Amino acid sequence: MKECFGWTGTVLLIDLTTKEVTLDHPDPAIYRKYIGGRGLAGHYLSPHATREWADPTLPILIFTGPLTGTLAPTSGRGTIMSRSPLTGAICDTSVGGRLATQLKYAGYDGLIITGKSDTPCGIEILDSEVQITPSNLHGATSNEVFTHLESSILTGASVACIGPAAENGSRLASIMVDRHHSAGRGGLGLIWAEKNLKYLMVKGTGETHVHDMDALKETREDIFRLTAASPVLMGQHGFSCWGTGSLFDLMDSRSMMPTDNFQKTRFPNAHQLNAAAYKKKFVSQKHGCSGCHILCKKIAQDGRPIPEYEAMAHFTALIGNHNIDLVLDANDVCNQLGMDPISVGSTLACHREITGQEYTQKSLMNALHKMAQGDDLGHGSFFFANTCGRSETSMSVKGMDLPAYDPRGAYGMALAYATSTRGGCHLRAYPLSHEVLRKPVATDRFSFSGKARIIKIAEDINAIVDSLTACRFTFLAASLEEYTKAFIAVTGVQISGQDLLETGERIYYNERIMNAANGFSASDDDLPARFFTEPGTSGGGVDIPPLDRTEFLAARANYYRVRKLDENGNPTPEITKRLGLDQ
Amino acid sequence: MKRLCDKYATKLVTQGLAAPNDPIIGGLDAELVWNRPDPRIEEFTKLFDVLSINSLVFSKPAEPYATILDFLAGRTKSAIRPEDTETRTFLHDIPICREFTASAMEVNLKKRKAVIIPGEGIISCGTVSPEQGFVFYSSTIFACFVLFFSDYLNKLRNKTLDDEYREIFQRVVKNLPQPHTTLPQQVSGPFTDEDTVLAAMAESGRHVVGYGLVDSFFGNISYKLNGTVYISQTGSSLEELEGCIDPCPMDGSATTGLTASSELSAHEDVYRRSNYRCILHGHPKFSVIMSMYCDKQDCPNRGKCHIKCTECRTVEGIPIVPGEVGTGPTGLCNTLPPAIASSGSAIVHGHGLFTAGLNDFNKAFERLLDIENQCRKHYFNMVKSYE
Ligand code: SF4
Repeated sequence: MKECFGWTGTVLLIDLTTKEVTLDHPDPAIYRKYIGGRGLAGHYLSPHATREWADPTLPILIFTGPLTGTLAPTSGRGTIMSRSPLTGAICDTSVGGRLATQLKYAGYDGLIITGKSDTPCGIEILDSEVQITPSNLHGATSNEVFTHLESSILTGASVACIGPAAENGSRLASIMVDRHHSAGRGGLGLIWAEKNLKYLMVKGTGETHVHDMDALKETREDIFRLTAASPVLMGQHGFSCWGTGSLFDLMDSRSMMPTDNFQKTRFPNAHQLNAAAYKKKFVSQKHGCSGCHILCKKIAQDGRPIPEYEAMAHFTALIGNHNIDLVLDANDVCNQLGMDPISVGSTLACHREITGQEYTQKSLMNALHKMAQGDDLGHGSFFFANTCGRSETSMSVKGMDLPAYDPRGAYGMALAYATSTRGGCHLRAYPLSHEVLRKPVATDRFSFSGKARIIKIAEDINAIVDSLTACRFTFLAASLEEYTKAFIAVTGVQISGQDLLETGERIYYNERIMNAANGFSASDDDLPARFFTEPGTSGGGVDIPPLDRTEFLAARANYYRVRKLDENGNPTPEITKRLGLDQ
Repeated sequence: MKRLCDKYATKLVTQGLAAPNDPIIGGLDAELVWNRPDPRIEEFTKLFDVLSINSLVFSKPAEPYATILDFLAGRTKSAIRPEDTETRTFLHDIPICREFTASAMEVNLKKRKAVIIPGEGIISCGTVSPEQGFVFYSSTIFACFVLFFSDYLNKLRNKTLDDEYREIFQRVVKNLPQPHTTLPQQVSGPFTDEDTVLAAMAESGRHVVGYGLVDSFFGNISYKLNGTVYISQTGSSLEELEGCIDPCPMDGSATTGLTASSELSAHEDVYRRSNYRCILHGHPKFSVIMSMYCDKQDCPNRGKCHIKCTECRTVEGIPIVPGEVGTGPTGLCNTLPPAIASSGSAIVHGHGLFTAGLNDFNKAFERLLDIENQCRKHYFNMVKSYE
């Protein structure tokens, strides 16, 4: 591409079978059409979306965005994408740490890895030098990989790797980045293992060229001002001070705390296991992704990360554990072995419901290690519950386990879980922002009214956020208005926020097209039956009845109309063409 | 959706921001609904096709706001850029759209949250609720009001006032609502249980809005009981506080304040430094206008007064402090607490007025109203003195 502001104009392709390294220079029109990150990765995944996860030709895609590596706040994130071994649907994870920034500084908008190495290997990138190196780290934990590579890596390089869970075939396998960050959901680590790829190391010495630095600085100040004014981000109870664990008290007080495998929604011991309890016990320090001023990660004095809210909740309320040390241990073991704590917690809860067995410190740790050794539990609750003939105990959507937000306490969340293109996931539409956190304004969480269009618009916005790339959390304070200014300042491309939203619609629709090609339809856009038949925990003036199935289906039908899908949730040729996705 | 459209249409009228039966509010889920029929709806409907929005708010502002907006728009090329805190933080600027067509409105709404159409009204939209449109509409009116009166005083002082401004100013002043002079009856404290605290806060919130001392959505209110600060939630409407108050223990044992007002830190710090039990915060217009007025013409901090002012400024004896919303390094959480703890009230530059009370909201409310009335009087005395 001619102009090199924001984007580098180069995508790096590595074939692990042939060891061939090639460069692609996408047409500028492709950048405009898909922006970067999740959008561009989706574009490149599209022709391969129906390949089986074990097919060496199925690519792993790692993409940066036009804002990556710039002064735009929280722009250090990137996307890792492929087809999920857990769900069979498309799967991408917004990943933090330094990975995307270093890739960009090395000169690449994205990296596409295909093929299969005949022996375990690592990929090492230093600007234009790309090496595929044999690795003797097979079976090593993530910490062992980071420690081993630390001595040989250049200062500031980023390392991503898989742990033993992936190598042993777990469909919950994650990819760990820079020790404390994880691309957790959907089992993408298993695809790395299938390609015999143990780690990726990237270091760049370049920079991201910015078209108008003054304008970028101006909008950066606007965003700083907005985040400073946000209780949930920078407030004294906000993520910056406490980590996302500050949601723990709130979710319990709102009767949205999934307890005993979603059989209840309040956790009597919540006040002993909240973020304040972690802060008191494990004096922590702030940590975060490249280019972020919020720094929502918390690291305990002994170097282990304080769990994110979802892991805090799933390793306590969901599985009946009251031991705070065990939560930290379980979370850390998941990181070491390379497994997604959300799906792990959910699978343990499913196992507890089926067997009636309570966890002890020992049995819990045993279960985690067995999961990472390729045990049945290591394939997630959907697989495990079906194996036991108890499919109703899997709290998952499209096979992906639900995170720690009970949908009976927020109906937009119910709809968002059901329609999410990557399965049981709260991040696609992130209705938590308005149904609980009151941003941009509060909506009635016990109503489906208006939610279809709200969810659709939010999915489009978040598709753009993941493509620019920026962090979802910043949008609890700033809006697309400020980030559009940042995008224009960086790239020089004149565009409005609403135009970007249309691009978000394209990115999302492309994902529905890929899922439809893999056979997903309305019957997959659904919630576990429990939510329609069993109430949550009422009290404190709040009633939590089961969701009304008729209302849910009406809201879903509205969503299909708003999203312009047919009544079976499938893309239509007319909209596919309008969005330019038919080529 | 229809219920929400009706609700915010009514609110615009009851808060004196629009004339009865004037607001047009549309909401879209799978179907588009409007609060009332109107021939202009045909044009507005087109906006839903081209913008990713779920609601739209339109109305001609009530007087004197319509006159103010049209006047400012007449003197501005493409966008008004007020300098009060709400605009600096949330609106950035307010575009002017000179054509009443969907395509012209679309261009501006793609860029900004609210748009002025001279002679017609204000249009704004939301992506999750008509409440967003309502908030932006009301913020636009507030910002333009403050700008209009601030500019007038500055021009008068600098002898650059023209006849047109003078004439419009007279017209606007004639249409200003009379200041309130009597106080509302509010429950007496100190309060000893949570239920009474919550009820007293809700009652006081309703009065602050009813007296026009804040435009609904903004402002906050708190009460301290047994080491816990009860505070209105972020973005809550002060006249509808039931269910929107968070208990925040001051010992840091819980993070239930995650959805609390962004001023929680400042409130807590006031309580730590004083014996006050309650705090009221509103955005009374003349207090804000006077806080932005400074005769130190050659000050090196000019243009950055809201964060950099180092002068000990007062208006009618009330301290004026700099500070931005929230907890950033230049946040008002650093400047406000000492000021309010020592005098019971303080104004944040370009932002609003905070007052405290020892037992209940009676004294805090009295201070709020009294200071606003004094600022208003002071403003017009200054105008007189320069004439
Ligand atoms: S807010 Fe947290 S997750 Fe987001 S960019 Fe910052 S550190 Fe990373």
